[in-house]
Amino acid sequence: MARPVMSIRPDSGAGEAAARQPDGSQVFLTTKLDALLDMARKNSLWPFPFGTACCAIEFMSVMMSHYDLSRFGAEVVRFSPRQSDLLLVAGTVTDKMAPVMVRIYEQMAEPKYVISMGACACTGGFYRAYHVVQGIDEFIPVDVYVPGCPPTPEALLRGVVHLQEMIQRGETHYQRMAAAARAAARGGADGNS
Amino acid sequence: MATREQIVASVRQAFPEGVRAVDGGDIQTFVVDRALLPRLGRHLKDEPSLDFKLLSDVCGVDFPGRAERFEAVYHLYSVQHGHRIRLKVPLREDDPVVPSVIGVWKAADWFEREAFDLLGIRFEGHPNLKRILCHMSFQGHALRKDYDPGQRWLLREGEQDEPVWARQAQEDDDHFETQVLNLGPSHPATHGTLRTVVRLDGEVITQAEVEIGYLHRCFEKMSERHTWNQVIPYTDRLNYCSPMINGVGYCLAVEQLAGIEAPPRAQTIRLILSELSRVMDHLVCIGANLNDLGAMTPFLYMYEAREEIYSVLEACAGGRLTISYARVGGLANDVPADFVESVRWLLQRIPRLVNDMEKLITGNRIFRDRTEGVGRISGEEALDWGWTGPCLRGSGVAYDVRKAHPYLGYETYDFKVPISTTGDTYGRYLVRVEEIRQSLSLIEQALGRLQPGPIIADEHHLVLPPKEQVYTEMEALIWHFKLIMEGGKVPAGEVYGFTEGANGELGFYVISDGGGKPYRIKVRPPCFAVFQAYPHMLIGQMVADSVAILGSMNVIAGELDR
Repeated sequence: MARPVMSIRPDSGAGEAAARQPDGSQVFLTTKLDALLDMARKNSLWPFPFGTACCAIEFMSVMMSHYDLSRFGAEVVRFSPRQSDLLLVAGTVTDKMAPVMVRIYEQMAEPKYVISMGACACTGGFYRAYHVVQGIDEFIPVDVYVPGCPPTPEALLRGVVHLQEMIQRGETHYQRMAAAARAAARGGADGNS
Repeated sequence: MATREQIVASVRQAFPEGVRAVDGGDIQTFVVDRALLPRLGRHLKDEPSLDFKLLSDVCGVDFPGRAERFEAVYHLYSVQHGHRIRLKVPLREDDPVVPSVIGVWKAADWFEREAFDLLGIRFEGHPNLKRILCHMSFQGHALRKDYDPGQRWLLREGEQDEPVWARQAQEDDDHFETQVLNLGPSHPATHGTLRTVVRLDGEVITQAEVEIGYLHRCFEKMSERHTWNQVIPYTDRLNYCSPMINGVGYCLAVEQLAGIEAPPRAQTIRLILSELSRVMDHLVCIGANLNDLGAMTPFLYMYEAREEIYSVLEACAGGRLTISYARVGGLANDVPADFVESVRWLLQRIPRLVNDMEKLITGNRIFRDRTEGVGRISGEEALDWGWTGPCLRGSGVAYDVRKAHPYLGYETYDFKVPISTTGDTYGRYLVRVEEIRQSLSLIEQALGRLQPGPIIADEHHLVLPPKEQVYTEMEALIWHFKLIMEGGKVPAGEVYGFTEGANGELGFYVISDGGGKPYRIKVRPPCFAVFQAYPHMLIGQMVADSVAILGSMNVIAGELDR
């Protein structure tokens, strides 16, 4: 997918909307609307912190001034699934909690992404037990797995950056599903699938 | 403090039959005929020379080999006299019924439900005996020895539990329909996975019920399948705001059972890191409570202090949060060379941040209006609910395990136990702030006493030999192999070890059958007892205040649900 290249001079005139080269000549951007939207989306992720356990404490560290997730454009934490596009599952999910998590995931507007933070959310961790979900991918699709018990804040930051790269490349679960649906629709229209 | 003989004599006089005193053990134990239990409980609570006002813990134990398979175990404590006893009620498998003591101690409410949930012991007369930790579609009783630890049961959407009253419409005095509001389990103000269902008349709460168990991670079942030392990482994840205290509490209980003691240097380091953890816990509690009330800034200040403490813990143990630093018999490794310096730096840094926060908050009109007189509870009632720790001290009862039953040498340090007589949310805030200062003073004193020396006891049957010996000596290699594969052997017996956690009395009721793995570990989580009073405190309060009260209780889901 084409990456748009832009060079916008800060001192360009008020009426001139189009980007200019350093020598003053105008250029045009050719890209797909999807790519442009993805670039906007990846830089303004709105996380829903589904914090259940110890990882939620480390997630707080990531949000606070020391590590500061806002440097990556993802500081607008929203506790309503209607207002967020990144489900950040931080902590152990039990069988009792799983229906709640699924409902929140389903309530989120598309496009939506999921980061599974910590060993418990990824695999159940060392709780191989009668009341613990052995990895949230039993119930919802996961884009990025961040290992650790709990992961260091740096690891979570890396996970968020990785998700941003995936969004730009169109590799997240939602984007792949959408691409497959488009391909199927095209195939059905052309009649040569 | 009555001696064991005096307690036994007093009980024997009132109950000549049906109550048998057991000799030996860590605390005085009575085996009780179940029919007598409520009457005995009433006597123990009301007799002034006994005065067992605090029901610390109720749990069940499964002994499949015995004729009377189950045992209901009660731990009682007298704050006034400082003595402690244990009651045991043996029960047959085909008739696991015991009368509820909820009429004597309100604290029995959730503890009895838990024993019912996990072991299937039925408590006759309990008004709301249903599952508390496991979900409603769960089959069987997980802590029975014949329950397969990996056996899960799926809960689907729509099968979740609802309070019966929440489904019924109800009108208020003016014939308007009242509203049922669900808070949680995923809610910004619940800090973890707690669920409260309230009925509102306007903005006033008229009915409330709490559901917990959303983070029940099967700690107790898991600990029965690991060796004594392997349990330590699990203890870190109980109260994950102050992990070191849990690990130390667990190790002290096991050490008491094994009859060993950590060397002085390890004790001092344990004390320093425990107090740092307490500071850390209180910082998060205060910060989160304020955050819920709309004051974001102090949370940022508090978290800065927390980050500084993290860096010290990371230097000692390698982990930031779940450090697994304590070991049975001492510590995993020695502290780094610059430990004293970096802690001294913390001692300068944290008070400044706390002072900044206090300047913003303690006299703040909005904060005081939101918290003074909100969530008020009397000391007597708090004790009846089983409260301990800062919340109980906020109601004017000066019970602190560090003072009443010192461990780690607390008796040799100079510190005060702050109390507040108001018993409201503001009082609990003030107690926590003062406790931070007392903890910092304790750390300062302890730093001066830090002497070089070993950091783990020389007990080869429980403690791993040093790595250099494992690689060079045959015997050390054999011990290493045995300890890793089979686990260190702890003599058969039982101990109720209790320490002052950040939320109150943190109890570990540890039973060993002499093997390399615990036979049963029951944690007495302080916030479990505190939180069960919450729905009752909400009645008559405004719905917005429920958030303020919850924040001041410092409920940590990992410890609550285990």
